[in-house]
Amino acid sequence: MLIYALRRIAGLVPTLFVLVTLSFFIIRLAPGGPFDQEQALPPAIRANLDAAYGLDQPLLTQYGRYLSDVVRGDLGPSFRFKDFRVTELIAAGLPVSLTIGFAAMLLALLAGVPLGAYAAWRADSWAARALMNFSLLGVVLPAYVVGPVLALVFGIYWPLFRVAGYEPGDASFLVLPVITLALPVIAYLAQLTRSSMQEVLQSNYIRTARAKGLSAPVLLFRHALRPALLPVVSYLGPAVAFVLTGSLVVETVFGLPGSGRYLVQGALNRDYTLVMGMIIVYGVFTLVCNLVADLLYGWLDPRVRPG
Amino acid sequence: MKGRMRAALIVLVLLAGLALAAPWLTPYPHDTLDWQHQASPPSIESMHWLGTDRLGRDLFARGMQAMRVSLLIGVLAALVSVCIGVAWGAAAGYVGGRVDAAMMRFVDIVYALPYIFIVIILSTLFPRGSIAALFIAIGAVGWLTMARIVRGQTLSLRRREFVDAAIASGVRTPAILWRHIVPNVAVPVIAYATLNIPQMILFESFLSFLGLGVQEPFASLGSLISEGAQEMESSPWMLLVPAALLTTLLVAFNVLGESLRAMLESPHE
Repeated sequence: MLIYALRRIAGLVPTLFVLVTLSFFIIRLAPGGPFDQEQALPPAIRANLDAAYGLDQPLLTQYGRYLSDVVRGDLGPSFRFKDFRVTELIAAGLPVSLTIGFAAMLLALLAGVPLGAYAAWRADSWAARALMNFSLLGVVLPAYVVGPVLALVFGIYWPLFRVAGYEPGDASFLVLPVITLALPVIAYLAQLTRSSMQEVLQSNYIRTARAKGLSAPVLLFRHALRPALLPVVSYLGPAVAFVLTGSLVVETVFGLPGSGRYLVQGALNRDYTLVMGMIIVYGVFTLVCNLVADLLYGWLDPRVRPG
Repeated sequence: MKGRMRAALIVLVLLAGLALAAPWLTPYPHDTLDWQHQASPPSIESMHWLGTDRLGRDLFARGMQAMRVSLLIGVLAALVSVCIGVAWGAAAGYVGGRVDAAMMRFVDIVYALPYIFIVIILSTLFPRGSIAALFIAIGAVGWLTMARIVRGQTLSLRRREFVDAAIASGVRTPAILWRHIVPNVAVPVIAYATLNIPQMILFESFLSFLGLGVQEPFASLGSLISEGAQEMESSPWMLLVPAALLTTLLVAFNVLGESLRAMLESPHE
């Protein structure tokens, strides 16, 4: 198991390398540069700027220099936010993004799995059916539809929560963003749990347990839940990726000072290092979460453990 | 299941028909300002069926124009991703061996990346607002699942007698792929492609919501939602109209795709 885990961790390196390389060259292909403005800069200043940021070097030299910086944990200077390193910018926004991301994942697990289990247990009740129809809507709707509509209903017509901005320590700013972010994951987790739970409930050992006269909670939680959770666990990796990219939208919708907005701003301004930095940081998060989900899967299901 | 599928189809045909017929259903073009009716709510009297935006542009005209963009990009990008996915998957599955391993490893790696990032990076490659470029960028990331499905099917098809017969009679590999493999994977491909369309519509409206997609004077459901969200306090219809259109479109396509897939998986139900 340990060797397997180590091998998987080593496997992250080439994937990251491909990610960095691909995005480095693609973004350089894009027309325009970070210093293109409405008014063209005088050539001498432009040349000085390019030299200061190393943009006058051949592309391959720039690439090599960037790689060696990244390996040492430095994501380079931002081209547009003068006097800021990309590492500083992202580190300033990351706590907000991580807070809403983590809260959303927690909410999704705490709500989605029990709802799905209930829908499988009482499959014919109208509540279960309503739940499943509602979950279709939840899976399909993107955050930029759900977010503004929630803000309209619960922030303006019925002012329960704050709809924009952020003050550290005041949770009322975070309620709607977290719900917006969690909703599709709740819906999908409910669907997943329901279908795998239904399958498990039909299996022989559950019938035996039922014949033995076990009570419903013991049956559900001790016997059925663990195998039924397998698909849920393998979805956790993609779910984290989803929540991370979703936080991009949610931060825009609710005006939160997270790091997600830097990706879009960076792409619009051709702030090469900022975009690259965001891709690297978020890419590492996604890959690590996928890996953790895989390892967790092996722990839950002895059959897929490598011998 | 059949009833749901029929309902979804009817809704889609109606929406598409409405979007296409819209220029004859309203006196207002999508990009003209009506100085008398700025930010005015839906009304029959002024013939602004769904109201106007802050500048006085008709929301019905803009919404329908946006829907034409969504449908066009959705279908074309799904086509692009089907073409890449089928070619990639069929080639990998048929050739097999190291080529297969390398090609699928590439798919795995791209799969592991947050694809929204790739779409954003690709969208910066093209001049802003170029719709053709937009659907290439979107289609270029949507083919991964398709490639996996097609490869799996091809692996089992490759061992069938009619492929051996074709090889024995001297048909060359590209011709075998095109004439014998591709037609046999068509059915799952069609079902999956239907589910791919709403995905592509989402990508497009997402990019436009962020300001990276369709540009003024044209509208996209995403950009309409983003504008509407800024005005929702005083004029909620500016948000609700595009939100409702996008919701209907997405739900209808998803129900259709899911029913198609369910039908293919258990054809006798």
